[in-house]
Amino acid sequence: MRERQLYRADDNMKFNGKRFCDVKNVVSDGERKEICIMKKQKVSGLRLYIHYLSIIFRSAMQYKVSFLLMALGQFLVSFSVFLGVYFMFQRFSNVKGFTYSEVLLCFSIMLMEFSLAEIWARGFDTFPSMIRQGTFDRVLLRPRNEVLQVLGSKFELVRIGKVLQALVMFVYGMTHVEVRWTAAKVLTVVFMLIGGIGLFTGLFMIYAALSFFTLEGLEFMNLFTDGAREYGKYPFGVYGKRMLQLTTFVIPYALVQHYPLLYILDRRDNPFYIFLPLLALWFMIPSYGLWHYGVRKYKSSGS
Amino acid sequence: MKKYFSFFRLRLITGLQYRTAALAGMTTQFFWGFMEIMVFHAFYEADPTAYPMTMEATASYVWLQQAFLAFFGAWMFEGEIFDTINNGNLAYELCRPIHIYDMWFVRSVALRLSRALLRCIPILVVAVFLPKSYGLGLPASHYAFMWFLITLMLGLLVMVSLNMLVYVTSLFTISGDGLRILFCSVVEFFSGQIIPLPFFPEKVQRLLELNPFASMGNVPFRIYSGNLAGQEMTRAIVIQVFWLLSLIALGRVIGAGGERKAIIQGG
Amino acid sequence: MITMEHVCKTYRIAKRNAGFSEACKALFHREYEEIHALKDVSFTIDDGEMVGYIGPNGAGKSSTIKILSGILTPDSGNVTVDGRLLWNSGSKVPLTKQERCSRIEHVSQIGVVFGQRSQLWWDVPVIDSFELLKDIYSISEPVYRENLVELTELLNLKELLRTPTRQLSLGQRMRCEIAASLLHSPRILFLDEPTIGLDAVSKLAVREFVKNLNKNHGTTVILTTHDMQDIEALASRIILIGKGQILMDGGLEDIRRGGESMDETLAELYRTYEI
Repeated sequence: MRERQLYRADDNMKFNGKRFCDVKNVVSDGERKEICIMKKQKVSGLRLYIHYLSIIFRSAMQYKVSFLLMALGQFLVSFSVFLGVYFMFQRFSNVKGFTYSEVLLCFSIMLMEFSLAEIWARGFDTFPSMIRQGTFDRVLLRPRNEVLQVLGSKFELVRIGKVLQALVMFVYGMTHVEVRWTAAKVLTVVFMLIGGIGLFTGLFMIYAALSFFTLEGLEFMNLFTDGAREYGKYPFGVYGKRMLQLTTFVIPYALVQHYPLLYILDRRDNPFYIFLPLLALWFMIPSYGLWHYGVRKYKSSGS
Repeated sequence: MKKYFSFFRLRLITGLQYRTAALAGMTTQFFWGFMEIMVFHAFYEADPTAYPMTMEATASYVWLQQAFLAFFGAWMFEGEIFDTINNGNLAYELCRPIHIYDMWFVRSVALRLSRALLRCIPILVVAVFLPKSYGLGLPASHYAFMWFLITLMLGLLVMVSLNMLVYVTSLFTISGDGLRILFCSVVEFFSGQIIPLPFFPEKVQRLLELNPFASMGNVPFRIYSGNLAGQEMTRAIVIQVFWLLSLIALGRVIGAGGERKAIIQGG
Repeated sequence: MITMEHVCKTYRIAKRNAGFSEACKALFHREYEEIHALKDVSFTIDDGEMVGYIGPNGAGKSSTIKILSGILTPDSGNVTVDGRLLWNSGSKVPLTKQERCSRIEHVSQIGVVFGQRSQLWWDVPVIDSFELLKDIYSISEPVYRENLVELTELLNLKELLRTPTRQLSLGQRMRCEIAASLLHSPRILFLDEPTIGLDAVSKLAVREFVKNLNKNHGTTVILTTHDMQDIEALASRIILIGKGQILMDGGLEDIRRGGESMDETLAELYRTYEI
């Protein structure tokens, strides 16, 4: 609590009906006085985040046409990728035992995971520009957690175009796949989304953390974000045993794509698979660790 | 002309300076190519008979595409040119005794050439040493190789002439990012960068091969492995040249119109 | 009170040479050079002082400001601001990391204005930026209202508050930036080139405001600038830094030479110290 100023006890005790200070009796200059000590109430991180979102929204509303065009562009980009898959399956009936609708299911869920993560964690995805333009200095000058500020700097709803594309594919896949949908399976999909969003957020965070060390070698990291989205069209088992191992234990893509998918397609029936996607959230720990280390390095070596 | 050589040289030097970027870029591209080939292999195992090209030809296609990405990447626009259009520096460019179309054309070629040169050699070298159906095969014949090189350059010019269309039309309007994304995804799809054109169904393929986008990477990469040969090859080259001349002509007309407009309005 | 004791800071950057052969060489062997930004810098600034921190470009000014704001860690030395220990090393009893003040605690008590970079949100009205800052700094409602009224009046912001930042002129924007950095009632204000690019009227308004701020609220002000008229108008004390070292620390009278303009005096000063 900081003593900001002396007020007379009955002035300003309430402001908009809320009490904002505590009254204390002190002796000053030989006199008994009542003073108000301002209560320092910290605005919660969540409330601040919502405030960030509202300002982003108000900024975006100034450019409505551009927004629509860009959302359309996003839809078209992923639509052309979809067409690629479609035409491949015109020729081939299946790939490593997965049919067209099954692949669509896999693709759509992966795309949703990626796009939703991209929408909310775009601040990390575009973090290199924050470093280049010196905006990160301003982040450090504000009395808030850096992660919260970076998340609050961007919320790209434009990418909803990709989410829509994914939803369409999901509905198609869901209705054409020969499985019975149970509550457990729906829960599995929900957990896949949660785990997947967490995984990609962690990957974006690593991308941002790497930009503290090199601004030029970053292209490689795209492989793990865009690359995973691109090649995650097909269940990772399609790429062979080694790939499956890598994507299970090193970067847990398979935990939010391949294995729960097998459960949904009735190829596994162990209920453990329902909760497996949540395990992928462990990845956010090393991501945050690298980020933290990167911030320290930035503070010691300037920009 | 000397100016463009020094522009090219400068780009090359800048590219070399950033060795981390070059290394990262090459490794990235290498992995993208590798994953792409894994996908094709998976489909090959499903049904080899349904494959329109040999696996070796497909692998070569993928590697050539990665190596020459800078030639046919639809997204490679020069921010400087758009800035010039938007902030009024156009006035300076118009003062030169050369059409802006020609200026920007040569610049774009120089940009793509310098970028490709840095990347393509290491990728090609590594790809050649990969096992047969995973790596870059040797060209089908000396004849095929010669035509590969010719159509590669022609394809580059077609890409640049498409770029130019975007530049010159933006002299009339401010083309937004949305339109550019649209342009990129259309080009990527129809030029065979999502999947090679032979993989499309027969009927669709016939149509696709007529569009300008099919006259870029599609032609040289298939000539190289012999997938496109004989009469079909001749046909493809003729279409390529046709599109090149048409697009340049169209671009110059619009460009000249844009120049006039800029002179009247003051940039 | 601000205390800097024997602060040193060195940067290591990669050398980039022009020319084709050099570029090829750089592919295999990268050379680095060391830049000594701060060499044994020490000074003390009391509460309520207004200090002009001057020196040529690359002298170490921005490094000092960054260290004092807590966003850059020095290599060695002690830094204390307002009783908060920011950094210490090599003192008699090295203190633990816990006893060092956290970044968040420190920055909530200072204000920083960069002349060339904006801290307001670009596409929304200024008042929206202020309200967001209110939440970021957790400023209580009555304090916010009081500060806003005072700043609006003194900086003449009434018509500007509803305007989006991108539509403001540089002078208008700078007044809003200064207001934004004072909403949370910081006791120390760092001004980095605040009058750069401003027209004469705005410059006077800014100077007038800063002088009054210092007088009425007792805010400590550290001003880095190349504009000697700013210094003349505001600073009672000048610290000159060159090539990483404090070359002079004294009052305006110490450097003023009768009949000359301040710029000429400054140029002479640079020549004397060979910076």
